[in-house]
Amino acid sequence: MKAKTQDAKISPKGSVVPAMAPPVIPLKDRHLNFGGKWEYAPSPEDARAYPIAPRHELFINGKFVAPASGTYFPSINPATEEQLTEIAEANAADVDAAVRAARRAYDRVWGKMPARERGKYLYRIARIIQEKARELAVLETIDGGKPIKESRDVDLPLVAAHFFYYAGWADKLKYAFPGKTPRPLGVAGQIIPWNFPLLMAAWKLAPALACGNTVVLKPAETTSLTALRLAQIFQEAGLPEGVVNLVTGAGATGAAIVNHPDINKIAFTGSTEVGKLIARAVAGSRKHLTLELGGKAANIIFEDAPLDQAVEGVIAGIYFNQGHVCCAGSRLLVQEGVYARVVKKLRDRIQTLRVGNPLDKNTDIGAINSAGQLAKIRELVQSGLDEGATLQQTQCALPARGFWYPPSFLTGVTHAHRVAQEEIFGPVLSVMTFRTPEEALERANNTPYGLSAGIWTDKGSKIFKMAAKLNAGVIWANCYNKFDPASPFGGYKESGFGREGGLPGLAAYCRLD
Amino acid sequence: MSTPRLEVKKTYKLFIGGKFPRSESGRYLPAHSAAGAHLDNYAHASRKDFRDAVVAARSAAGGWARATAYLRGQILYRAAEMLQNRAGELVSEIARSTGARPAQARREVTLAIDRLVHYAGWTDKFAQIFSSVNPVASPHFNFTMPEPTGVVVVLAPDEPALLALVSLIAPVILSGNTAVVIASETFPLPAATFAEILATSDLPGGVVNLLTGQRAELVPHLASHMDVNAIVDGTGSAELQATLQGGSAVNLKRYTRRDLKAADWFADKAEDPYWILDTVEYKTAWHPMGV
Repeated sequence: MKAKTQDAKISPKGSVVPAMAPPVIPLKDRHLNFGGKWEYAPSPEDARAYPIAPRHELFINGKFVAPASGTYFPSINPATEEQLTEIAEANAADVDAAVRAARRAYDRVWGKMPARERGKYLYRIARIIQEKARELAVLETIDGGKPIKESRDVDLPLVAAHFFYYAGWADKLKYAFPGKTPRPLGVAGQIIPWNFPLLMAAWKLAPALACGNTVVLKPAETTSLTALRLAQIFQEAGLPEGVVNLVTGAGATGAAIVNHPDINKIAFTGSTEVGKLIARAVAGSRKHLTLELGGKAANIIFEDAPLDQAVEGVIAGIYFNQGHVCCAGSRLLVQEGVYARVVKKLRDRIQTLRVGNPLDKNTDIGAINSAGQLAKIRELVQSGLDEGATLQQTQCALPARGFWYPPSFLTGVTHAHRVAQEEIFGPVLSVMTFRTPEEALERANNTPYGLSAGIWTDKGSKIFKMAAKLNAGVIWANCYNKFDPASPFGGYKESGFGREGGLPGLAAYCRLD
Repeated sequence: MSTPRLEVKKTYKLFIGGKFPRSESGRYLPAHSAAGAHLDNYAHASRKDFRDAVVAARSAAGGWARATAYLRGQILYRAAEMLQNRAGELVSEIARSTGARPAQARREVTLAIDRLVHYAGWTDKFAQIFSSVNPVASPHFNFTMPEPTGVVVVLAPDEPALLALVSLIAPVILSGNTAVVIASETFPLPAATFAEILATSDLPGGVVNLLTGQRAELVPHLASHMDVNAIVDGTGSAELQATLQGGSAVNLKRYTRRDLKAADWFADKAEDPYWILDTVEYKTAWHPMGV
């Protein structure tokens, strides 16, 4: 009997062919079967409206300039593997030119400018970003692979909001630090990741500029396009030359920034591994340092949680941006009594996630950012299988070209497994169980990371107890992956130090006298 | 007939977990006055002593962080009371160690007491000043508040041996952190006496642990220890700074440098509530609003 119900469960083509006498499937074994009936008409954004130049130069001292290195590297669309453009690779000489431009701008213009005027530049930039939001969203999606509905509805609104928020702080810093006289640090070197290219640029630039610093920023090598488009917006806004300089390139370019003697502050978002290298490199110097690093967040579901909402939150927690999120809820801890129900709901829910063309407005899961990242995800999932976990995946067809990984989760995971300890940075969830709140805390905190955590329960006092004891910088109660410029973001332990966003975000770019 | 009374010499010991052990290494160092006269011997802490101190500090961290801010304030004020009571002892300890005139030593001790009283009052206030409710653009109640970071290593400068020590420890422990403190290398006796006074206050064992000995020997181990969350470095030494900060790369310890000249520890700049923020973590919580 059992075997027959399995047969009728799902047919890959979506057509369910009843047997002569259709078996009655017990309710607990029924699965949602969307099959081919789940097709939507394609609804892509037209990328042709926003042509991309064949070559991109460095942005130094207000101008786009060819790199001293003379070299360029290709940038591809991860959804098609087609080359989009080639991008200048900054070497140490280029970084030095950018730092000198930033220093000059700091000494002569930006550091001296009345705070109110600085703020007005940021407001102006925020407004232009809003005007060009669609173009930037399309560009972000083409360059990085994230679905347009996320770049359009999450990334870009937050980018503009960050500039608006910090614009207003520029002339109010003395109220942010009662009893102190805040002063800028000088030239900030900022290195950002590829998962939220423009949003990370905004998180870094807006507070730095509001506090009166000038900046040399390096985007990630796979996602430089929107930052370079932002440079054009700075030109359009009339931002004084040298206040923001962009040097594109990979690790060597970043190292040149970190090691440059005339930089006062390093801000880095990326992996814990690289963060530690940077911490070592700046040790003994007078450089200020803030780090936003990796995470392995626990998303904790209690038996009294509203399960449908919780499952939606789990989906948002791990599959948002293909799981390329440092605060992703990548460890799901489910209280034993609801484990079976949660896994069933999760298994059904991921079948409805639409993987494919990131430019399509109906796409939930876009392309994995790079071939290297895809290989890393596959390697870690394989380690999970090797260590005894069971893999559940969306039964969907993946495009033939590009880098793709279907939404997945692993059950039968123990806390010692690599998939429970290491950051996968992909759409892969590790599901585990617990019995008591104390056990959930113990397990949730049992990681070198401490960036974020989620709690799902209907009981308010339980939320506050858990929130107080979780060692994480951001706690989402009955929600997940919420962001706002007014809300500080950053980690405990090996997830880094310093905060971005909100009032503490200003402290990262001020000296208090 | 009248043999002069033989003075009793004292061996100064470490302060770990509320107890006064000798160094497990069995080593001692002689303490000298500024003029070079031998005063007393004190324990020469080893790497193992440091590790024991971290274990004691970690064991005490949970309870101290969970204590109410009111209670932590009461306890710190009690420590100030004990210090006041035994001010004479500290004055003579400083005077005989550093060669300072008694009036000068008394100034250091009274300022240390007042500073402790000042910080005792911050326990239940700093979170009000430095936390926030954040007006996010979605239906969520969102707030940020500081929490202690955990176990903090504090390195005191050589001078002023007592005042700098107190000024460095108070802002670390008042938020709920526990501390492993490396005393002045030149003048360790005032710090050791201070520990004896703390032991008779209500401060739970392990909240402050004090090691005496040679800084340079301990520094690499302070930097590389995996269960230390933060380092507050008051030594002002560029060389030590490089080693200590390099240790951040091991487990991303928070590192803070306080470069003050000896005289600056007597000034207002050594009494700064913003110092509390160097050893706290900001936690932000999101709660949906609705039914």
